[in-house]
Amino acid sequence: MNERITAQISSHRFLALPFALWAVLFIVLPLFFVLGTGLTNEAGDVTLANLLTVLQSEYLRALGLSVELALASTFICLLLAYPLCLILREKRESRGLLVFLLFLLPLWMNSLLTTMAWQTILEKHGLINMFLSYLGLPAVHLINTPAAIIIGMVYNFLPYMVLPLYVSLSRIDESIVEAARDLGANFWQTLRHVLLPLSLPGIVSGCTMVFIPALTTFVISALLGGNKVLLVGNIIEQEFTAAYDWQLGSALSMVLMVFIILNILLEAFADSGEQRKKGRP
Amino acid sequence: MEKLKQSYLGAIVLFLYAPILVLIAQSFNASRYRGQWTGFTWEWYGRLMENEEIIAAFTNTLTIGVTSAVFATMLALVTALGMRQMGSRGRMLFRSLANVPLLNADIVTGISLMLLFLGLGLRLGYDTILLAHIVISLPYAMLCILPQVLTMDDVCYEAARDLGATPFTAFRKVILPELLPGILAAFLLSFAMSADDFIVTYFTKGAGIETLTTEIYSELKLGVHPEMYALSALFFCGVLVFSALLMVNYKVIRRYREAGRRGAAA
Amino acid sequence: MKMELRYFLSLLVLLLPFTLAGCDMFAQEEDEGEDILYVYSWGDYISEEVLEQFEEETGIHVVLDEYDTNESMYPRIAEGAEAYDVLCPSDYMIDRLIGKGLLQPLDFDKLPEARKNIDPDFFLQARAFDWDGKYTVPYCWGTVGIMYNTKLVDEPVESWSILWREKYRDNILMQDSARDAIMIPLKLMGRSMNTTKPEYLMAARDMLVAQKSLVQAYGVDDIRDKLSSGEAALGVIYSGEAIRLMKSNPDLKFQPAPEEGTNVWIDGWVIPKNARHVDNAHKFIDYMCRPDIAAENFRSLGYSTPNTAVRAQVEEELGDMVELAFPPEKVYKNQESYSYLGEELDKLYTKLWLQVKVS
Repeated sequence: MNERITAQISSHRFLALPFALWAVLFIVLPLFFVLGTGLTNEAGDVTLANLLTVLQSEYLRALGLSVELALASTFICLLLAYPLCLILREKRESRGLLVFLLFLLPLWMNSLLTTMAWQTILEKHGLINMFLSYLGLPAVHLINTPAAIIIGMVYNFLPYMVLPLYVSLSRIDESIVEAARDLGANFWQTLRHVLLPLSLPGIVSGCTMVFIPALTTFVISALLGGNKVLLVGNIIEQEFTAAYDWQLGSALSMVLMVFIILNILLEAFADSGEQRKKGRP
Repeated sequence: MEKLKQSYLGAIVLFLYAPILVLIAQSFNASRYRGQWTGFTWEWYGRLMENEEIIAAFTNTLTIGVTSAVFATMLALVTALGMRQMGSRGRMLFRSLANVPLLNADIVTGISLMLLFLGLGLRLGYDTILLAHIVISLPYAMLCILPQVLTMDDVCYEAARDLGATPFTAFRKVILPELLPGILAAFLLSFAMSADDFIVTYFTKGAGIETLTTEIYSELKLGVHPEMYALSALFFCGVLVFSALLMVNYKVIRRYREAGRRGAAA
Repeated sequence: MKMELRYFLSLLVLLLPFTLAGCDMFAQEEDEGEDILYVYSWGDYISEEVLEQFEEETGIHVVLDEYDTNESMYPRIAEGAEAYDVLCPSDYMIDRLIGKGLLQPLDFDKLPEARKNIDPDFFLQARAFDWDGKYTVPYCWGTVGIMYNTKLVDEPVESWSILWREKYRDNILMQDSARDAIMIPLKLMGRSMNTTKPEYLMAARDMLVAQKSLVQAYGVDDIRDKLSSGEAALGVIYSGEAIRLMKSNPDLKFQPAPEEGTNVWIDGWVIPKNARHVDNAHKFIDYMCRPDIAAENFRSLGYSTPNTAVRAQVEEELGDMVELAFPPEKVYKNQESYSYLGEELDKLYTKLWLQVKVS
């Protein structure tokens, strides 16, 4: 009976047709445009020259630096967010939600403006240094260094880490944690053998959600790096605006896509691992 | 231990809210230049309404946000209904397709759409921003709606139809209310994605049109008008009030529910 | 029976593309009205009051877009995806735009004020990049110089070499544009800023790389903010910004022409080939050349103007800044201007500048 009904009400597979068209036109085709531009020269002939240019030392250096900074900020986000989510997890439902909301509210502030506010905080005569000199301590040099960029990245992308971590940690059944404690595990042992493995999917998805925007940002590096620290995003942006070499910009985007695909695979891998554990196909 | 936890939470809250406080302070700063405090003023709040550029950008952000959210939500709903009938492979394919803009870097999405629009001979402007925003908010709308639609039960709909409801009434009275939370969430999230997007808009916008984010970006280079701080301070207060109301409501609803449950038990 | 729901839902599906089509996606003809003008100019380069007055007088609505470097303006014009009616590029960029056939000749019959008020010397000077004098009406001109904070710099600033002094580590702001940045070491080494010899350019790059650790930031318009607030001691800026900056912070002083020589630039009004409101564009350009308007514009912005009718009107208000606003001949005589070096060297410039930035 139920089967018959299901077949009838939802025999509208064609309803998905608009999306199929949409996806081809606005999701798949644009990527081919990038490939097309990256693999041709100005005259329109197919060439690998753009990709080879990207392999030159100055581009590789910027790429290496971007990966380095993105990894560092991802790691710091994880380090900050994990204890936070552990604490939130212990709170009673309504209190936890309140605190959680408190952590999501800053997302509503325009990120360009908050990043600029960081400029005011980190500057030579900024708030931090004003505070330090008030205490009689020597000034710190933060603005226009990679450290400032990392701070900006962590600030902007921390919620992306908190969100999946909180979800996956709060899903863990309290009885499992209690069982571990009853069996004599201390905090660290519980963390290592129970909480960490069970929240692994959250960790992976948090890391992928932080890593990609951190790798490709150009705003944060421009504002907090004083244009002294050049990341891949800055170069791509410049190739598309100032330098006007769209072929090269597209080729660089193709290199970024490799990272994105790796990331998707990583996440899919973690996902399937989780599903296997739960006994789902 | 409890103290340690509290101070950890406090430190993170300080980290998250410090720049926002700076911005709010900035909105009361009499000096036009950032980093110089020359006195307290309400001036920028008064001048906000007179600043045509900011008002125009704000209007664009609102209209583009609402329109793109409506489209993204509708498309997500229709697609999700269509996906009910698909095999797991088809679903998998559609789901991964839908997720591409979500997982892709914004800069790549923006550039690829710009190349597409120019390749199709479109002129960059309001419409291209709108299209691009539907593209980037669709995955979020799908995330909200799809699980609800896929787990939806047909029995109620069938019952309504058997009791003589027209398909439209049955859809309106049975299916829509069941999906409403998902649809609402999809709409809000799509709107938020559109309103906060900078990078994709930056690459797909044309002459003479700015949204709030691109307006801010161009002002960042030339010196931000303090009216912008005023606007964002006002906006943030709005969000604060809204979420406070939400929390209060949530508590009230919970209390009612608990009372109801107790009543039922007795 | 269930068929009906299907109809309803298919209606929804059908509606979608229709509503999409309703968005005027392909309506290339929109905004064709006569009462509009798309202007693409430098940031903070036209006084708001002057624009408003133009709108009032003519009923033409001005849509203003701004760019921060010539280089970021160029692709938007070259790609032709956006049709602007009036641009205000600098000398060498005008050269490049003409060479690419992206501009249309002006109709000087429609520009009586320009013919009357603009110093013929500047029309002559403009021939350096606009060979036949057909495309450009000069708008502003100036030099690239050093702005410094007298509280932090206690010596006279006469040479570019001060930007390489260890003493000012982390106190120096440089221009974030390949041409302006590379010009400075070229001049320091006594070369032409239009040199085509790669080895000179590479030597200039090496000097910039060596300087990088002393530089606080590379910027464009944000340099002003940082100089004004005292965040940095020395900054490379365009002379036109000097007057306003010095008014905002009295500790600031300006050296318009370091002794090794500097770049004299001219920005001019031009009309792109694909402009859609050519008549309005002419009206606008001529309006900007009117003595009262040019003076008003000068008062609010402070860029040196080739308009001969302005000096008499503003001389008194300026007081001791008059030499900055209308520099004496010695500042600009025998100075070089950028000329367009061709795509090959453009690429080399981009590459060398990239190498400085990632070093």
